[in-house]
Amino acid sequence: MDSTVTTGTKAAVWGGGNKPLNASYGKLMMWFFLVSDALTFSGFIASYGFSRFKFIETWPIADEVFTHVPFFHGNYPMYYVAFMTFILIMSSVTMVLAVDAGHKMQKNKVIWYMFATIIGGAIFVGSQAWEWGTFIKGDHGAIETKGGRILQFVKADTGERASLRDFAKTIPSERANHESKNGIWFFSEGSLPSYTVNEVAEGFKANPNILIRTETITEEGEKTLLNREQSLAKLKDAKYVVEGANLIHNEYGSRLFADFFFFITGFHGFHVFSGVVINVIIFFNVILGTYERRGHYEMVEKVGLYWHFVDLVWVFVFTFFYLV
Amino acid sequence: MSTGHEHGDDHAHDDHGHHHKETFVTKYIFSQDHKMISKQYLITGLIMGFIGIAMSLMFRMQLAWPGESFPIFETILGRWAPDGVMDADIYLSLVTIHGTIMVFFVLTAGLSGTFSNLLIPLQIGARDMASGFLNMISYWLFFLSSVIMVISLFVEAGPASAGWTVYPPLSALPMAQAGSGMGMTLWLVSMAIFIASSLLGSLNYIVTVLNLRTKGMSMTRLPLTIWAFFVTAVIGVISFPVLLSAALLLIMDRSFGTSFFLSDIFIQGEVLHYQGGSPVLYEHLFWFLGHPEVYIVLLPALGITSEVMSTNARKPIFGYRAMVASILAIAFLSTIVWGHHMFISGMNPFLGSVFTFTTLLIAIPSAVKAFNYITTLWKGNLQLNPGMLFSIGLVSTFITGGLTGIVLGDSTLDINVHDTYFVVAHFHLVMGISALYGLFAGVYHWFPKMFEGKMMNKNLGYVHFWITAVCAYGVFFPMHFVGMAGVPRRYYENTAFPLFDELTDVNVLITVFALIAGAAQLVFLYNFISSIFYGKKGAQNPWKSNTLEWTAPQEHIHGNWPGEIPHVHRWAYDYSKTYENGEYIIPGQDFVPQNVPLQENEEELQH
Repeated sequence: MDSTVTTGTKAAVWGGGNKPLNASYGKLMMWFFLVSDALTFSGFIASYGFSRFKFIETWPIADEVFTHVPFFHGNYPMYYVAFMTFILIMSSVTMVLAVDAGHKMQKNKVIWYMFATIIGGAIFVGSQAWEWGTFIKGDHGAIETKGGRILQFVKADTGERASLRDFAKTIPSERANHESKNGIWFFSEGSLPSYTVNEVAEGFKANPNILIRTETITEEGEKTLLNREQSLAKLKDAKYVVEGANLIHNEYGSRLFADFFFFITGFHGFHVFSGVVINVIIFFNVILGTYERRGHYEMVEKVGLYWHFVDLVWVFVFTFFYLV
Repeated sequence: MSTGHEHGDDHAHDDHGHHHKETFVTKYIFSQDHKMISKQYLITGLIMGFIGIAMSLMFRMQLAWPGESFPIFETILGRWAPDGVMDADIYLSLVTIHGTIMVFFVLTAGLSGTFSNLLIPLQIGARDMASGFLNMISYWLFFLSSVIMVISLFVEAGPASAGWTVYPPLSALPMAQAGSGMGMTLWLVSMAIFIASSLLGSLNYIVTVLNLRTKGMSMTRLPLTIWAFFVTAVIGVISFPVLLSAALLLIMDRSFGTSFFLSDIFIQGEVLHYQGGSPVLYEHLFWFLGHPEVYIVLLPALGITSEVMSTNARKPIFGYRAMVASILAIAFLSTIVWGHHMFISGMNPFLGSVFTFTTLLIAIPSAVKAFNYITTLWKGNLQLNPGMLFSIGLVSTFITGGLTGIVLGDSTLDINVHDTYFVVAHFHLVMGISALYGLFAGVYHWFPKMFEGKMMNKNLGYVHFWITAVCAYGVFFPMHFVGMAGVPRRYYENTAFPLFDELTDVNVLITVFALIAGAAQLVFLYNFISSIFYGKKGAQNPWKSNTLEWTAPQEHIHGNWPGEIPHVHRWAYDYSKTYENGEYIIPGQDFVPQNVPLQENEEELQH
């Protein structure tokens, strides 16, 4: 049907009776949908920037937060997220190849490249889940003050981070269970941290090798380390023991960091997940020969657009959350 | 023939349904036909409008006669009006839901949804929307969101009452007030669905205009209605997703304990855990939608006015290209002025001066449009039927309301009148009443197209217009003075402030005008419903108009035109066009429809 499209002068291109952008309505819809979705993400990323600049002096340093790699112990800042990003970008490459094979009507190639894309997406989503798990579980543990600030612990001799378990004392105490007279029976009790504030404070006093560092970032771009006296004074404000991160408490520092981390990577992860699901559907359609019969692989192209978009968004999320 | 074929091919996969017999369900309920969907949008919008206007009448009565007992309050509001005296909580809810319904459900979906759906395929010469299926989904999502919004009126603690802008923390904390509980949750759910509906609708409008224009229908031959709907859809695609961002973050704050918009809050002596968030952030996100939303509401009305006015002045629209350019300029500027809603929010005053500058720039394209309307009317052969009257009314309220916008757009002047009735009067005139006039103009003008040739009663139309026009000014003109005297908006009653005592009579006057205006809408309602069933059938082209929709047969058929789609050979505004010797192009006819080829010796008008 393209034979009827008049080409030539510019006026004729927009003159009606043809497709001026040389794209079907479905593809155009996908493009405009992506514009819309991009603005939703922009809203989130702008909000993140707004909040981060408000707390620019105390914002957690990403290099100190994302340091884990599965099956390895030790400090590997950003290694794993770099791997995830690489996988996602590679899945975009295989998607391009699938679209290209579709243009050439090479069904088997489309199948294999789609398959590779799906696997890449699945690895990314899985990695994201692992990353969340690690973040939620936490690392060294910290103290939250009455004012909501986070105090972390450092070994004075090596300068390494100290975990609560390294120095906290165990003080036996009776734990009062929730009794029905105190409330409605179906209220469950919140989980308790491994140590009480008192246990951490006593352990701290007993161990002169431990110092406190605050959220405030110095001019050198590092967190402020207090000396022993300042640390002891600061510890008087302790209110909670925080282990790991959730939407309300965050051992790595500002809780907005955790809020935005969960929300933005979650929203992006949801997009990747739905992308994988859509890819699987298209994958089976390719196997069943639906597009072969239809005479073109435009559906592969459309989901390809979506997939590249999700990839592009990740590049921004990665940049703003992890790199800068 | 070749292009006719092409369009046929384009739809070969989705409209082979019209060979089959349609059932009641596929024809009237889950219809994929744009004409039916347009009627569904209009009727749903009108029902929502009835609810919204009724609410405004109730709280106007409270404002005029605070604390007075009205049996009707007890009947309608039940326990929210003990002994017929309106409760303060329900007052806030009424204000909130009135705003929400009128802005989103009536003037966004009801106006854009109705006329974009009806006119885009018919005026560009397409068989239907690009995707009839998504179009159907779009309507049903709108319907669902309307139902949820209406259901929220009946929840135990009352509907949302944080104002239509639902600023946190009031909206974010369920314990903040009665309406922040279930009512607010339903409000957010309803709006999220509404955004999805609006997105699907807009995508369809955009790609239909881009891809499905008939041969010869170049972008510069599009009727201004289509330009307005097209650009409206583009702004919708750009700004609504940001509202979605705000709504999702708000839902997180409400239900999952995040602190995006909340910080350091005490309620009843208890410290809440929220820390670090900022309500100003919400305001930024909200108004990034909120301001373009004003133009989403207004532009379709302006487009309709352009078309109705040119037809009924029997003159080409003045400055077609300038009109298109100002639509585009307004659309662009609308996205960089949102800060003028936040001058006293604590936002940086320097930003305030930037937003003042960009805001005042909007006066330029708006003035271009206003002057073009007036020059279109100038020396025209005016056919003052109801559609035309409402169009002229729109230009009037657009100018009146626009002038006060210059005051409000200035960050220093705004301080004095911020959050007073001056603001209420301003935006009701410039976007509320103007857009409603555009809606009415559209309904009177295209009623025969929607209901297979039936015409609305002209005399009832005159009654409707004149009462509405007088009463709308009667309501909103005095309101400016009330506002300048300092009366704050959204207050349940002002009896506690002796300095406002003198204004009580003005408030009574406003309310009386409002009640009469409300009654006048019943005339419209009667006219609308009775004309659907008993309206007189008019000519195929009752207004002697140039656009393509009047070349389609009166009976609705799937695919709009039997046989081939007409081709377009000229722009839409060849009214009263003559040869050099003063003879009409087509003898005895002062208009030349778009599908008539250029005649010999005829000069194509520069446009």
